[in-house]
Amino acid sequence: MAEQTTDKFKPFNVDLWKYDGQAGALIPLLQSAQDTYGYISEKAIDYISHVTGIPSADIYGVVTFYAQFRTKPLGKYVIKVCNGTACHVNGAKGIADTINDELNIDYDETSDEGAFSLLSVACIGCCSLAPVIVINDETYGRLTPAKLRKILRSYKQKVKKEAQTATDQG
Amino acid sequence: MKTVKIGLGTCGISAGGEKVYRAFQDELKDHPDAFVLKETGCIGMCYREVLVEVSNGNGTAHMYGEVTPERVGRIIDEDILGGATIDEWLVSGEDREVGFFDRQQRIVLRNCGIIDPGSIDEYIDMGGYRAARRALTQMKPEEVIDEVVTSGLRGRGGGGFPTGTKWKFTRQAPGDKKYIICNADEGDPGAFMDRSILEGDPSAVLEGMIIAGYAIGADEAYIYCRAEYPKAIARLRQAIAQARKNGFLGNRVFGTEFNFNIKIKEGAGAFVCGEETALIASIEGKRGMPRFRPPFPAQSGLWGKPTNINNVETYANVPWIILNGGEAYAKYGTEDSKGTKVFAMAGKVKRTGLVEVPMGVTINEIIFDVCGGIIDDKKFKAVQMGGPSGGCIPASMCDIQIDYQQINRTGAIMGSGGLVVMDETTCMVDVAKFFLTFTQAESCGKCTFCRIGTKRMLEILERITAGEGTMEDLDNLDELSEQIRAASLCGLGQTAPNPVLTTLKYFREEYETHIKEKKCPAHVCSTLLTYTINEKCTGCTVCKTACPTDAIFGEKKTVHMIDQNKCIKCGKCFTVCRFDAVVKD
Repeated sequence: MAEQTTDKFKPFNVDLWKYDGQAGALIPLLQSAQDTYGYISEKAIDYISHVTGIPSADIYGVVTFYAQFRTKPLGKYVIKVCNGTACHVNGAKGIADTINDELNIDYDETSDEGAFSLLSVACIGCCSLAPVIVINDETYGRLTPAKLRKILRSYKQKVKKEAQTATDQG
Repeated sequence: MKTVKIGLGTCGISAGGEKVYRAFQDELKDHPDAFVLKETGCIGMCYREVLVEVSNGNGTAHMYGEVTPERVGRIIDEDILGGATIDEWLVSGEDREVGFFDRQQRIVLRNCGIIDPGSIDEYIDMGGYRAARRALTQMKPEEVIDEVVTSGLRGRGGGGFPTGTKWKFTRQAPGDKKYIICNADEGDPGAFMDRSILEGDPSAVLEGMIIAGYAIGADEAYIYCRAEYPKAIARLRQAIAQARKNGFLGNRVFGTEFNFNIKIKEGAGAFVCGEETALIASIEGKRGMPRFRPPFPAQSGLWGKPTNINNVETYANVPWIILNGGEAYAKYGTEDSKGTKVFAMAGKVKRTGLVEVPMGVTINEIIFDVCGGIIDDKKFKAVQMGGPSGGCIPASMCDIQIDYQQINRTGAIMGSGGLVVMDETTCMVDVAKFFLTFTQAESCGKCTFCRIGTKRMLEILERITAGEGTMEDLDNLDELSEQIRAASLCGLGQTAPNPVLTTLKYFREEYETHIKEKKCPAHVCSTLLTYTINEKCTGCTVCKTACPTDAIFGEKKTVHMIDQNKCIKCGKCFTVCRFDAVVKD
């Protein structure tokens, strides 16, 4: 499916776009592109350039300036490690090291089979639960390396099962 | 009828608030007439989330802390239906934890945790939009500005520039088209004041902006909000739509000649966009890089037009000031700093969360009287104020007052309100490194000293925490700090050395211990530690397999040992151990 979208780029949902020629629309356009596709592909940049008349190189400059924009797709399970001050003083580094060791991915990387992505985020607002990670929408707090390892293994099991069902069906 | 109110700020949601809400919803199906279910924003006691308040309908209320979906059944049976409070889960109502609210003075947070932020009617019931109505229908713009000047309100985003003066400049700037911007790009790690205000009482911010727009003569406004705050953005959208329906936004506000519209711009994740000229560039759709000032935004801001930028907390103060008068506001605080300040309490303090105190209270009072002191009653070491632009104030100096001047004198800054408490287990060199890593990554790269200078400083700190530092490094840190401060365009670069300078000033001996004795007194810097294995070890051999230098030995199912001569202190055994058997010292 991923190939399809990159090979033959479908124009964005017009409703999402609402581009009316106003200046300052570039960032909202990029945000809707990322919302739709999960990341910003080269084709998306070219398409936006075509619509707005802003040179692709300038758009690329904006994309790479902001932390929010990704030029590669994310994994199925996105692990966000909180690196706010409270989590830092409560051992966020040990948490990242454990994920690194268990899943073999570093910050801003996605595991080979596309199952996990690891991101670092600033305060997610539950400092009382520090150190904290969020996997997709689920928050896990007051972590220790041992506790975290158990959680990660349960996700690995899940991935394995999903892969199994996929092969069974296909 | 009883009312059940659940705190659904981001803090409450992270702790599982939505699941608790759904559990109450399910109960509501079985007992539809027993209670009304409502949500509210951050109550402030983030350390006891999920918080559930039960009001009896006769004016009395009590609150339960650490509620889980499993506990909902008992609350329904015993309290809602049975009429008996469950004492062991209470956090307030009788005499519990009163200290937390006793010393606080809630002006900005007046509605947070009380009203349903999704309902403009509840905001209006609390006196909302009365200030805007009064300003627009009974006051001249100059009178509004005078009231703000009298209040002594200063910018709460960190800079501390007098708000009334800023408004005056923008009003006096020539030009018909002017803009209002609300800076909601709260980016300091450890700071969540603005988010809680936007989530808990978005209309207060909108009302402050409407008043500001009227005062300076602007008809268009932007709220630049972090995309990482989806809940706050949703709340704002809702509040704007409701305000428009009520005639508080749009054309002919309150039936006057004044037109005013507010748009939301989502930030895209760049800390430097908290700086006003970078923020403006970002709204214009460009890379968010600061530019030289003057001209200040008050003369030439968004699209080159006069623009007034204030932060969320500043605007949230304004309706209260118009309604109660500038003099009432100026009664709180010190000679130099008036009113109240909201702080996000985090770190090693018992009660983490959101507090609002009058200016002039001491740091010690906030930590010990309001927030209950240090976790496990460990030794209080320092507070970090002002995030990456601020500094560390040692415990011995924490009898100073919350006051712009007094805090600046320590080398820290008031900042936007992140207050991180540190105890004896926090390494000050590591803290300096943490903040510098942040500013290094967030430097936009425009100014050489900020881009490269912070990198060199970070390398020095990395050497020191790895036990490879020299005494000369300390002098280099000082020198680089001065150069970065002098040669950077914006606040990010100018203040980036502050965490290093303050820790060097107050905790120099800790740096020297790292350098001379190659020890980390707080046991944080991993390469300077000694790893050992205790009797919890089950002999599972996982650490032995993980050790990159074969430093771990021992038979299967017997307690393992570490050969200190071979150990390279990578800490791998500590992270792989599932039995917490590896200890660092």
